[in-house]
Amino acid sequence: MPRPRLRPAVVVSNLLAWSVAAVWLLPFIGLFMTSTRPFEEVVIRGWWSPWGNYTIRNYIEVLANPQYDLAGGFRNSLIVAIPSTLAPLLVAAMAAYAFARFSFVMRNLLFVLILVVMAIPQQTMVIPLFFLLKDLGLLDKLLGVILIHSSWGIAWIAFFMRNYFTMLPSEVEEAARVDGASYPTIFLRIVLPMSIPALAAAAAIQFTWVWADFFFALIFLYSPENMVITQKVVAIKGQYQIDWGLLSAGSILAMIPPILLYAALQKYYLRGMVGWATGKG
Amino acid sequence: MKSRLRENLRAYGFLAPALLLLGVFVVYPIVGTIIISLETQSGLGLGNYLEVLSEKSPSKALVIPGNLGGPPPWGALVHNMVWILVHVPLTTFLGLMLAYMLIHVYGRSLVKSIVFLSMIIPMVVGGLIIRFIFDSQVGVIPRIFDTLGVESLARTWTAYPETSLASLILGSVWLWLGFSLTIHSAAVDSVPRSLIEAARIDGASEWQIFRRVIAPAVWPATLTVMVMTLLWDLKIFDIVYAATQGGPGGSSTVLAYVMWLYFARALDYGRAAATAVILTILTLAAASYMIRRSLRG
Repeated sequence: MPRPRLRPAVVVSNLLAWSVAAVWLLPFIGLFMTSTRPFEEVVIRGWWSPWGNYTIRNYIEVLANPQYDLAGGFRNSLIVAIPSTLAPLLVAAMAAYAFARFSFVMRNLLFVLILVVMAIPQQTMVIPLFFLLKDLGLLDKLLGVILIHSSWGIAWIAFFMRNYFTMLPSEVEEAARVDGASYPTIFLRIVLPMSIPALAAAAAIQFTWVWADFFFALIFLYSPENMVITQKVVAIKGQYQIDWGLLSAGSILAMIPPILLYAALQKYYLRGMVGWATGKG
Repeated sequence: MKSRLRENLRAYGFLAPALLLLGVFVVYPIVGTIIISLETQSGLGLGNYLEVLSEKSPSKALVIPGNLGGPPPWGALVHNMVWILVHVPLTTFLGLMLAYMLIHVYGRSLVKSIVFLSMIIPMVVGGLIIRFIFDSQVGVIPRIFDTLGVESLARTWTAYPETSLASLILGSVWLWLGFSLTIHSAAVDSVPRSLIEAARIDGASEWQIFRRVIAPAVWPATLTVMVMTLLWDLKIFDIVYAATQGGPGGSSTVLAYVMWLYFARALDYGRAAATAVILTILTLAAASYMIRRSLRG
């Protein structure tokens, strides 16, 4: 049956969907416009007015002024997020391989444990962890936060990778077994290389979450020189008068790494998000 | 027998590092928190829980029965519940609708990317953005209401008890719609186009197709979105910290924020732990659906 090219439903759908997209983009444009102009002008004209002066003073100020020191926060966040992505990726992939390929005592119990840990709020762990890190001399140290993020990330990555491994055909592994390869060799040489798409997806999401973390950092890092970017950005806000020029510049800087990662790994990223939520790698 | 032992050893060899880290840095603290929550001066008991539940000060109260008829503060637990009741249906339905509409939309992957953008940014930045949009000096929304002449909404929303919670909840729709859209969109894409075309040829309206064909077909995805959104709403913290600090006058507190107040401000570890356990029980009750489904799959 021939149908007209532009049915009303198509027109309405396009209009509505693009309106939503515009509204969803607006706050980002607002932040950007506010961050690139002198704040006095923004207050008088509104950030939506494109006329007036443009400046990068806000960015330089938040990055370099020791009072804000976003450069330091940026550095600390990278120091925390990179190992907190790579370490749990390897450790969790190993555990996931055991769940996918071997039968062992307490297998179901441990799997339930992983699912429960995935759901538990961070608030449930921090009090004993605070004292544990204190005893270990790791309180207010980036290493302490790295250990916690790495352990915390294991649960969901193990769940995600297990689902991926169970879908991988095991013939190649069996052939390697026949040729006399050991299990660690099979895991490192065959299984991991075959799993790069899933590993990339897990890495992208884990990095984004660690980068975005605020609660663990708030509890375990308190010296200005050890604070991560999320803490530094919130600190710009101040108590009463908000300098939106500085705050918007800081906000933009804090979201650059995850947005770059998303732009580069979009396909993996969305797959990881769907897999995390639905269990389908 | 011997090969069974060997397989167990092999499996635990692969599991060992994960179990060690999970045991020390996750399981031990969870058990520790439960014990701390039960410790009172007269031995183990529920004293901390009773104190937390009957707390009266607006910044830490979980429920304030006397205020429930009027504007907030209503207590953190009630705020979480209101958040869930408004945010879960709104985000789920919008995401589903949008996912269906996108079938017809030119540049749909760009629309999806834009909506997903707010999922990627750190949630504290999300909180600051909420503060920004609702700010009387620079924000768009108070400016719009100013033009419309609605004075009560032409001020900084986060600074008044009548509007602070509402601004956070509305902002969280902006922050979380990308999740709902992404999951629903993946599900809508797997509905056979022939099914939709057949319904259309039979004379079904777009709304009927949405209601009778799409919505039932993607129901598992919808359920996932609802549960995950509910979990996110229960655990919410960063947005509140960055945008309102639970204020003004406790009008936008949530459970996780109250837990932090007890822990970091009052140094009252027993009550902090009790609040955390209450939050955990609610979370696990909501997550039990996902857990059971994962065990079956």
